[in-house]
Amino acid sequence: MKKILLMGNPNVGKSAIFSRLTGARVVISNYPGTTVEFMQGHIRLRGEEALVIDVPGTYTIKPTNKAEEVAVQMLGRDGDIVINVVDATNLERNLYLTLQLIESGIPMVIALNMWDDTKHCGIEINLEKLKAILDVPVIPTCGLSGEGIKELVESLSKAKPREKKISSAEKRWQEIGKIIGEIQKLHHRHHTFLDSLQDLSIKPSTGIPIAIAVLFLSFQIIRFIGEGLISYLFEPLFKNLWAPLMLKLSSILDPGTFLHQILIGKLIENQIDFGQSFGLLTTGLFVPLAMVLPYIFSFYIVLGLLEDAGYLPRLAVLVDNIMHHLGLHGYAIIPMMLGLGCNVPGALATRLLEGRREKFIAATLMAIAIPCMAQTAMIIGLVGERGGGYVAIIFSTLFLVLVLKGLLLNKLLKGRSPEILIEIPPYRSPQFKAVIKKLWMRIRGFLTVAVSYVLLGILFINILYTLKIIEFSARFFSPILTGIWGLPREAISALIVGFLRKDVAVGMLGPLNLTTKQLIIGSTVLAIYFPCIATFIVLIRELGIKDMVKSALLMILTAIIVGGLMNLIL
Amino acid sequence: MAEIQGGYSIQRRMYAIGIRPGKKIMKVSSQLWRGPVTVKVDNFQVAIGFGMASRIIVELL
Repeated sequence: MKKILLMGNPNVGKSAIFSRLTGARVVISNYPGTTVEFMQGHIRLRGEEALVIDVPGTYTIKPTNKAEEVAVQMLGRDGDIVINVVDATNLERNLYLTLQLIESGIPMVIALNMWDDTKHCGIEINLEKLKAILDVPVIPTCGLSGEGIKELVESLSKAKPREKKISSAEKRWQEIGKIIGEIQKLHHRHHTFLDSLQDLSIKPSTGIPIAIAVLFLSFQIIRFIGEGLISYLFEPLFKNLWAPLMLKLSSILDPGTFLHQILIGKLIENQIDFGQSFGLLTTGLFVPLAMVLPYIFSFYIVLGLLEDAGYLPRLAVLVDNIMHHLGLHGYAIIPMMLGLGCNVPGALATRLLEGRREKFIAATLMAIAIPCMAQTAMIIGLVGERGGGYVAIIFSTLFLVLVLKGLLLNKLLKGRSPEILIEIPPYRSPQFKAVIKKLWMRIRGFLTVAVSYVLLGILFINILYTLKIIEFSARFFSPILTGIWGLPREAISALIVGFLRKDVAVGMLGPLNLTTKQLIIGSTVLAIYFPCIATFIVLIRELGIKDMVKSALLMILTAIIVGGLMNLIL
Repeated sequence: MAEIQGGYSIQRRMYAIGIRPGKKIMKVSSQLWRGPVTVKVDNFQVAIGFGMASRIIVELL
């Protein structure tokens, strides 16, 4: 099968074109480094199936971080044709990679993307001349609207290798200078509203207040939508429609049988209690759908808007200074923000960071102190019932742990954090369709993966109970559980399930009749002590076994200390 | 812009991202306490750590 590589500078719209070409669902955002791993999809080329590969963005074929490394490996290993995606509004810089790709001898076509933007940027490009000089097909495209995609596919058959000597960086820039002089004209343009907003949001005097406002507003919107969906849609649905159905099923199955225990769980005062029954069809559906999903939904709406507008890199610049004290630089805010949704993409995004040290610090801090949205939703649901202030205690503790741990790791680990060097994309107004598409993709991911894990977790815990394994480990771990954290030893079941799913784990604290203090300690410890299995696997791959073992030891140690301190202080 | 002082690897990264001698470069903002400096070159903006930014030697226009 023919392999077609999509290559280009970061944030030029490769993923948008990829998704147009193949119909595959991929995350498209407005910041450099959205794609850190290659993605594959299929197209038909004149009756023949071909593989299209979306490659992480890179400025040159000499990589400076892991994501770029992936790109360069792809080129060396298995490309038949390259579609070089070029940002038409930044032709000069983009052409450097283009020349390098031409020199590599691989057949190539150029997608001159963001073509629609050139007009209001005051840029005029002589297409015919560009084609003639480079001697490769050049197709103007617009990935977001799909313009030019058909022509791009047709041009693939015209891609042929060009003989060109490998030249030096200096010569390449000279050549580019000449090309640009011949084909590009710049016209004066006025400062637009978005330009001014761009400047305002990155100058510290206005940028910091804007950042605080943006984050506060995001938080309020997430809460408003999440809470609204729960109390006006999902809870009524479950209480009024689903509960009576389950009661009927319960009477058919006869309480006390194994099947009843698995499907319905315990009846509380002859009623279904979705928080405490812990059957597959009761708590197993209620937790992911009625407690977590609404917050996943609201979080990813807001994150999607921030991503597509291009705000995140600006936030990265504003917090760069603070992050240096934690042994990172500003761009580490990207894995952290993604981690707030789900730690798995967060862990993958540590590839944006340059060295082993930063990756280790970022991954460890995220796994310890950034609860995913599923866990957060459960904490809000469960602890929030006892008072909003208690939720605040948990998150302030986690934040404090993040800062202290960062300071500590920065001191202890040899080396220092590298400096930030990142492109700040222009603001774009998020497009409704694109935001909804991305939201749906993420929700689908949650529904297919998370719900099955939740069900698996509940099944698993019921089996462990039946086999008395819980009882055994409860006794074994009670010195830590009861001695240090002040929790009942039955809480071990939550810690065990926490390896599988953190949201179910928090949910399992519900039926234990904990005091508020115990609930707070339990939730905090569950956030810190270990990542869920999905994150764990990704982290092993990203950090290597050795660093992951170190990181995991740090997590367990931190959980013991922080839980112990909270037990003493609260 | 006149030159970029510093080692090969810094030069290489700066060149690759499009910051190189002979280009017009404009400072957009700088952060407090020697934070990153944002510059505009051609049609794009780049945030550069303070240390690296101080290696960029410019001629005023």
